[in-house]
Amino acid sequence: MTTTEIAPPLRPVGRLPKTREKMGRRFAYGFLILSITPILIGYTWLVVATLSFRTEGLLPRNAEGGIGGFTLRNWDFVTDSAIWNAMLNSLLIAVAMVIGVGIASTAGGYALSRMKFAGRKGFLSMTLVLHAFKAEMLLIAIFFVLRFLGDIPIIGDYIGFNSVGGVALVMIALELPLGIWLMKGFFDNLPWDMERAALIDGASRFRVWWQIMLPQVRPGLAALSLFTFIAGWNAYLVPFTFTIGTKVANMPVFLNQLISDTAPTNWNQVAAVGLFQMIPLLIFFIFTQELLLNIYAGGSKGT
Amino acid sequence: MKVEIDNLSKSWDGVIGADSITLDIADGDLVAFLGPSGCGKTTTLLMVAGIYKPTEGTISFDGRVVNEVSPKDRGIGMVFQSYALYPHMSVFGNISYPLRLQKLDKGDIKQRVQKVADMMGIGDLLDRKIAQLSGGQQQRVSLGRALVKEPQLLLFDEPLSNLDARLRLTMRGEIKRLQKDLGITSIYVTHDQVEAMTMADKIAVMSKGILQAYDVPEALYDRPKTLFVAGFVGNPPMNFFDVEISRANGEFRAKNQTIDLVIPPDRAEKAAAAKGQVTMGLRPEDVNLTGDSSAATEGHTIAGMVEVVEPLGREDLVGVKIGDIEMRVLVDKTRGVKIGDNINLAVDTSKIQLFDPETEQSLLWA
Repeated sequence: MTTTEIAPPLRPVGRLPKTREKMGRRFAYGFLILSITPILIGYTWLVVATLSFRTEGLLPRNAEGGIGGFTLRNWDFVTDSAIWNAMLNSLLIAVAMVIGVGIASTAGGYALSRMKFAGRKGFLSMTLVLHAFKAEMLLIAIFFVLRFLGDIPIIGDYIGFNSVGGVALVMIALELPLGIWLMKGFFDNLPWDMERAALIDGASRFRVWWQIMLPQVRPGLAALSLFTFIAGWNAYLVPFTFTIGTKVANMPVFLNQLISDTAPTNWNQVAAVGLFQMIPLLIFFIFTQELLLNIYAGGSKGT
Repeated sequence: MKVEIDNLSKSWDGVIGADSITLDIADGDLVAFLGPSGCGKTTTLLMVAGIYKPTEGTISFDGRVVNEVSPKDRGIGMVFQSYALYPHMSVFGNISYPLRLQKLDKGDIKQRVQKVADMMGIGDLLDRKIAQLSGGQQQRVSLGRALVKEPQLLLFDEPLSNLDARLRLTMRGEIKRLQKDLGITSIYVTHDQVEAMTMADKIAVMSKGILQAYDVPEALYDRPKTLFVAGFVGNPPMNFFDVEISRANGEFRAKNQTIDLVIPPDRAEKAAAAKGQVTMGLRPEDVNLTGDSSAATEGHTIAGMVEVVEPLGREDLVGVKIGDIEMRVLVDKTRGVKIGDNINLAVDTSKIQLFDPETEQSLLWA
């Protein structure tokens, strides 16, 4: 008579024994928490600093040196129109960038992806090369261009040196190589057959782009718009170099003006202005979280 | 609508997609463009559609040259392999798109779309999004979109390739029936020769950009003019042997190391005019196992060893090793052929095809 033994239950392939798994997880979490801690501390200081007279480490201190000193004095700038002017400029620059980069990138990306024209290959490699040239290298050259633009009658005041329009134009130009490459990539992934079907159905080339292709690259365009908006909102170098004074300053430039070399800097106020600049972005992120998460979904059948 | 394609060619930077294609399509016919991948059938179709600009040659609809006419003005409807539907629109949006572009009255549009959708059997799916439909339903939407314009010419680019085998069978019949009922001239591109044989009034067989043959299915099957057509049309495909035709004692024989067959005189006479070395073609269904009792009839049988047995349910597809060639034959399944069996095959020599090995042209049919 034969007896059959029941084999011990097997572990699913590829998994470690329970204890090893737990340890691994603990290690991972520990590592993550350790890396985030400095950043968390930094942000905590930021918030605490804006609300206190001065700080020592993370603790708010009053004029006498004891714990306390909560004050809203650092937020006084909110009543001053200068900050709102700076915020408006930031907004104008960021929005102008989103519109400018959006239109140019989708139109250019589509043309590069779908149309054959002389110099296409050269143009494509040029955009890649241009992307390598950061603003820092081109500052002096851009200065001359802006000065030239400023001499143009009528519109010169709005797009020349020391103007919001001028800064926006420069920022758009610097963001375009990335934008065009990104959009071209998205258009490349769309099937040719859909376009052919639309052309046979009676759409003009423009209609195909506007009614058929653009809706397909919406997630990509949303991602690009987001990056562009953030780049515009946080822009510092270009606005700093090409504007003078406070009237045309955007927020990071305004912030920089609070840090002076002559008088002791009130860091708490600097922290407050910095946080103030961050708030609209935070709100924006909270509201568009769903849209962001959707970006990971592909644009093809089934995903 | 009659379609006349004259000397049509398309090339990109030296790569030839289609080379001097010439054929005429009669009004109301369904013509299949049949060939393996890369043979130029889709390229030719897209030139007829107006998507590709021909490098040479002309396309005429009812006598009018349309080379310069844009796709939307050619009066065509096209069904793509990938359906090419617009994912961000509903079924109604997709089918009505051509009509909306023509800026027709909304009521008219609704009526026509409903009519076409009912004809396709998807009349109750008009509100659905494309992603919610199955493959077969999506294909019907695609067909509906092509038909709603009431086109003069219907173009199909391997429309059934993405469907499962069962669905392909039913859709094949439906498309054929629809085309006949509506009487619309159609061009059907496919690599599946069964589809071409069952659906087309005439088949244009293409290979490497060249038109190999253009004829009714029966002629291509029974009287193939080139080696390529003979080998491509018909499933399972034709078997080919290199033999030498010789005449002895008043009869013609085809011989090589392992084969010795008597060829009927009407076929052999045309072949004997050639140098002697010919390629002989034999279809799997024209060969059968000899009866157990009958003695092997000399000159009408081939002997070989069984290498592969593929049961098809209805019969067996057997691979028989004859010399170095593996020949495929369709055999009665009740005979119970097994791997390793040495068998004798009776050949219906009246169905033999003979080709010139160098030019690959048929020696029997001009």
